[in-house]
Amino acid sequence: MSAMAARSPFRTDGTWLLVGPAVIFLMLFFIYPFGYGFWLSFNPAEGAWSANYQKFFSDEHLWRTLIVTFQLSLPVTILNVGLALPIAFQLRRKTRYQRWVTTLLVIPITLGTVLIAEGMLTYFGPRGWLSQFLQLLHIYDGPIRLTHNFTGVVLSLVISGFPFAFLLTLSYVTGIDPTLARAAATLGAGPWDQFRHIYLPLLAPGLAITFCLAFVQAFSVFPSAVLVGAPSGPTRVISLAAYEAAFEQYDYSMASAVAMIMGFAQLIVVVAVLGLRRGLYRGPVGGGKG
Amino acid sequence: MSAPSERRHWFYSVWSGLLLGLMAFFILNIGLMVAAVVTNSFGRRWLGTWLPEGYTTQWYAAAWKEFQLGDVLWVTAEVVLVVVALSIIIGVPAAYALARRQFRGKQLVMLLFILPLIIPPITYGIPMATVMYQAHLGGTLSGVILSNLVPALPFVILVMTPFIEQIDPTLESAARVFGANTLRIFWHVLIPLLMPGILAASLLVLVRTIAMFELTFLTAGPDSQTLVVALYYAVFAAGVRAPQSVDAMAMVYMAATLVWLLIALRFVNPTQLVSRVKEQPAH
Repeated sequence: MSAMAARSPFRTDGTWLLVGPAVIFLMLFFIYPFGYGFWLSFNPAEGAWSANYQKFFSDEHLWRTLIVTFQLSLPVTILNVGLALPIAFQLRRKTRYQRWVTTLLVIPITLGTVLIAEGMLTYFGPRGWLSQFLQLLHIYDGPIRLTHNFTGVVLSLVISGFPFAFLLTLSYVTGIDPTLARAAATLGAGPWDQFRHIYLPLLAPGLAITFCLAFVQAFSVFPSAVLVGAPSGPTRVISLAAYEAAFEQYDYSMASAVAMIMGFAQLIVVVAVLGLRRGLYRGPVGGGKG
Repeated sequence: MSAPSERRHWFYSVWSGLLLGLMAFFILNIGLMVAAVVTNSFGRRWLGTWLPEGYTTQWYAAAWKEFQLGDVLWVTAEVVLVVVALSIIIGVPAAYALARRQFRGKQLVMLLFILPLIIPPITYGIPMATVMYQAHLGGTLSGVILSNLVPALPFVILVMTPFIEQIDPTLESAARVFGANTLRIFWHVLIPLLMPGILAASLLVLVRTIAMFELTFLTAGPDSQTLVVALYYAVFAAGVRAPQSVDAMAMVYMAATLVWLLIALRFVNPTQLVSRVKEQPAH
């Protein structure tokens, strides 16, 4: 700690006046609700303190949502990050092409899942262009079923999740000093060796963060599970269970419990990924960044 | 630039061709998806043919009336403007403190500002909406504004902090030597210098708030729906309305978002929409 920090916080020319409003606001509307929700989840309308959690893990209608959500979000995240990494590496040099691709990919992220869902219903629907095109080429003759099922939600998560994973990965890839790879190239390293021995170790922390953020986003899928999925069964995700508890049964205690389980499940995966990253890669972290 | 000595194996060419092809395929399908919505919104009757039988703008008039788009747009504008203004007014001073000052609990404060950005809205939205409804803020315009401020404020802070770090601190010291207090330094030195950053942050928050579905959905009442939530209900009840008028509404939403996105992209790098990237600032 520096000497500045040792002084009373009120003497540093009103630092707390600057940062205070933001801190107070987030304490009131972010931290407090979390704490309150945690407390509320252990105070069910009836039954013992753990009644909500017992109910969640014994009622198939509820615990299945956790499995469904994992089944959706884990493969999709692996796919999105797995595709994002090689493509971002391919586009690591600043070109006009890179600028165009990034600009185009920002659009689906900005538009959001609700618009993507409506676009999917129009485009991927049984009478949409994709279906017509496949029939024209005689690839698939019946009306295709890509919406209102599990596939629909997977597609929607790829459409919104891949650009996100790509842009994040690209920002990490372009943050690595290209002279390192050039130095390796002069020693005879081809693109694969450059990737394997220079980029991948330096990218590991960024990739772990990208994976976590992409996963957490996919795990909290909500509008598309309803609009292009089958919300009564195959794509009844956990956020839907929380929403129904809160706004259809008005059981805020149960809804809070489901939200806590959702947050905890995300936390477990994040901790696992970050732990795995630490276990796999030993060496200086963050070197090579300017 | 690749090194001249780099030997290019045929495998690498195929591999890079494959990856770029995949990317092109992805973008093509997104483009066609948007084009399908555009076409349908102007289509007279479109059943199983490549293009509609004729074109009309009647669906826009229908959507405007059916979905009360006038009111919805007004609510959206109110929410977005207030959220942008408040997040800048509260966020810029906080970003300044983070960039310039050392204080006790700084790490904890940083964590507090990062958490709302990495925890997905639906996870914290449900307990937040519960508290909002208990405080009688649920279903009101104020509730929608406050809940949208939760991710917007930390976003402004994290975007603004590197902008402030780049300003030469001797400018502030000079102003302080001449007797200016923090408020005057802010008003006469920092704000003018930070204008490009503030503009960029405002545009990014604006775009993100227009598109913020979950928090608005959880806290909005019938009179405080923003465009994206109204669109959700329209798509949700798709059987009731003509699909063309839902697509017309989707177009209105798309236009409202993309106009600001295009303006924003003149000032910021696209990757800044998803992450805080330490790159050269916008010029």
